Amino acid sequence: MTTTVIDVSELTRKFGDFTAVDRISFQVLKGEIFGFLGANGAGKTTAIRMLIGLLRPTSGKASVSGFDVYTQTEAIKKSIGYMSQKFSLYQDLTVEENIRFYAGIYGLSDENIVEKSADVLERLALHPVRKSLIKELPLGWKQKLAFSIAMIHDPKIVFLDEPTGGVDPITRRQFWDMIYASADNGVTIFVTTHYMDEAEYCNRVSIMVDGRIAAMDSPRELKTAFQVKKMDDVFVKLARPTGAQTA
Amino acid sequence: MSNAVVVIQNLSKTYGEISALHDINIKVMQGESFGLIGPDGAGKTTLFRILTTLLLPDSGSVAVCGFDVQKDYKAVRASIGYMPERFSLYQDLTVEENLAFFASVFGTTIRANYELIQDIYEQIEPFKNRRAGDLSGGMKQKLALSCALIHKPQVIFLDEPTTGVDAVSRKEFWQMLAKLKQSGITILVSTPYMDEAELCDRVALIQHGRIMDIDRPSAITSTFSGPLFALKSKQMYRLMRCLKAYEHTKSVFAFGDSIHYTDVRAENPIKAIRQHLQRHGFDDLEIEEIRPGIEDTFMALMEHKSESL
Repeated sequence: MTTTVIDVSELTRKFGDFTAVDRISFQVLKGEIFGFLGANGAGKTTAIRMLIGLLRPTSGKASVSGFDVYTQTEAIKKSIGYMSQKFSLYQDLTVEENIRFYAGIYGLSDENIVEKSADVLERLALHPVRKSLIKELPLGWKQKLAFSIAMIHDPKIVFLDEPTGGVDPITRRQFWDMIYASADNGVTIFVTTHYMDEAEYCNRVSIMVDGRIAAMDSPRELKTAFQVKKMDDVFVKLARPTGAQTA
Repeated sequence: MSNAVVVIQNLSKTYGEISALHDINIKVMQGESFGLIGPDGAGKTTLFRILTTLLLPDSGSVAVCGFDVQKDYKAVRASIGYMPERFSLYQDLTVEENLAFFASVFGTTIRANYELIQDIYEQIEPFKNRRAGDLSGGMKQKLALSCALIHKPQVIFLDEPTTGVDAVSRKEFWQMLAKLKQSGITILVSTPYMDEAELCDRVALIQHGRIMDIDRPSAITSTFSGPLFALKSKQMYRLMRCLKAYEHTKSVFAFGDSIHYTDVRAENPIKAIRQHLQRHGFDDLEIEEIRPGIEDTFMALMEHKSESL
């Protein structure tokens, strides 16, 4: 359990004069559920884009699954899974077609694709709607399917960017059951969320404020350190440190 | 008795074979803040589009500010403000140009109703010459709200203003609404965040196009049947699995740093639960009876509905 799978040191990204991500450093361990929190505009998305090989850092070092974010971006993309609230599945393809499409992209063999498709449909009880278009499914089903598809090539790390936004409360919890089950199997989960109850489900969380990591620890330790009862209050204290209200 | 600003009777709407709204009945009183609480796909946006005259109902009647949304749609439009979920201002106009444009469309000026938007607009005024497309998310939201208010509407419809917004900015947005409410404006707001329900005078819980309950938040949570317990341990995931396998469990849901649990037994089960969990090696168990929140009640209603289907 002590293998480091994400190793970030002084990672920085500037856009012109603006420093979106400012010398952040952290490690994520194998099988860990790591919550990556922060207010809108704090730099989370920029940091994630660098980690998944979509954006070149300005300076600093980072490796994901042992691959360098400057020179081995293709290897990173093959070794990770990714899903977000905004983009996950093709709305005009069926359930089955989406599974086959992504499995193909990740280079799975034909036999493997057949096997994995059957497995996903069975596990999510989606067999009856396998020929339905994605756009006809409720959001909760889509997000559970998107997660399974992000895992179709058995990645060691999966990045989940606000996976549960707008999802009904029961399905949101089923989604976290899937996260826990994957982490139990040694998959590292890197997740962002605006639901502060979900922050409590992470082994560790980091909270970004203005491009920097302002705090990082287990939810229990953070609450103790800030002398509050809920992660929500830790977040408020960090994101608005002066207590000043802008509204 | 105050006046009803929104009256919805037996409203239904289908898209092809999909029932988006089924037999909706809602009355919203003047000066009320009314929340439509439900997940994505529940029908919230469809309902707002009908209320704002952008979509026709299949059946039922809908009146806003005393005007029928079909026959008197022009009168409805003049009386309401609407902030859609997606940012819908002119990206290429500046902050000030957008506001002036919306004021002129409604035949008024920024100055005439400045008082209503002052608190909100002052925060973006330093950027009044910036193009709307170049604003941050929070500033866009404040501009959109200013534009929706500039003609001093009687009622304002806010469709998921806090979706995708971080926890702190959400709190600030609700503080802004609380201030706005003091001016007497009626506020209808939709949200998928259950915790925001408590900030409304009354709410409708909506799922699959049907209203599950409609009342004051405290009245809704009081319908929760049976005592609710919060359990904590250092081994939360194992505790969850253990409770799911327990023969007396009625419901068990993760709730942040605790697990919310109801029991099928009539007598107080705390002692029995404690003993059972101790046998399974939970030495650090904390258990207490708590008051159910909207999210507890919403899930109980969802389960009830899916059983009755």
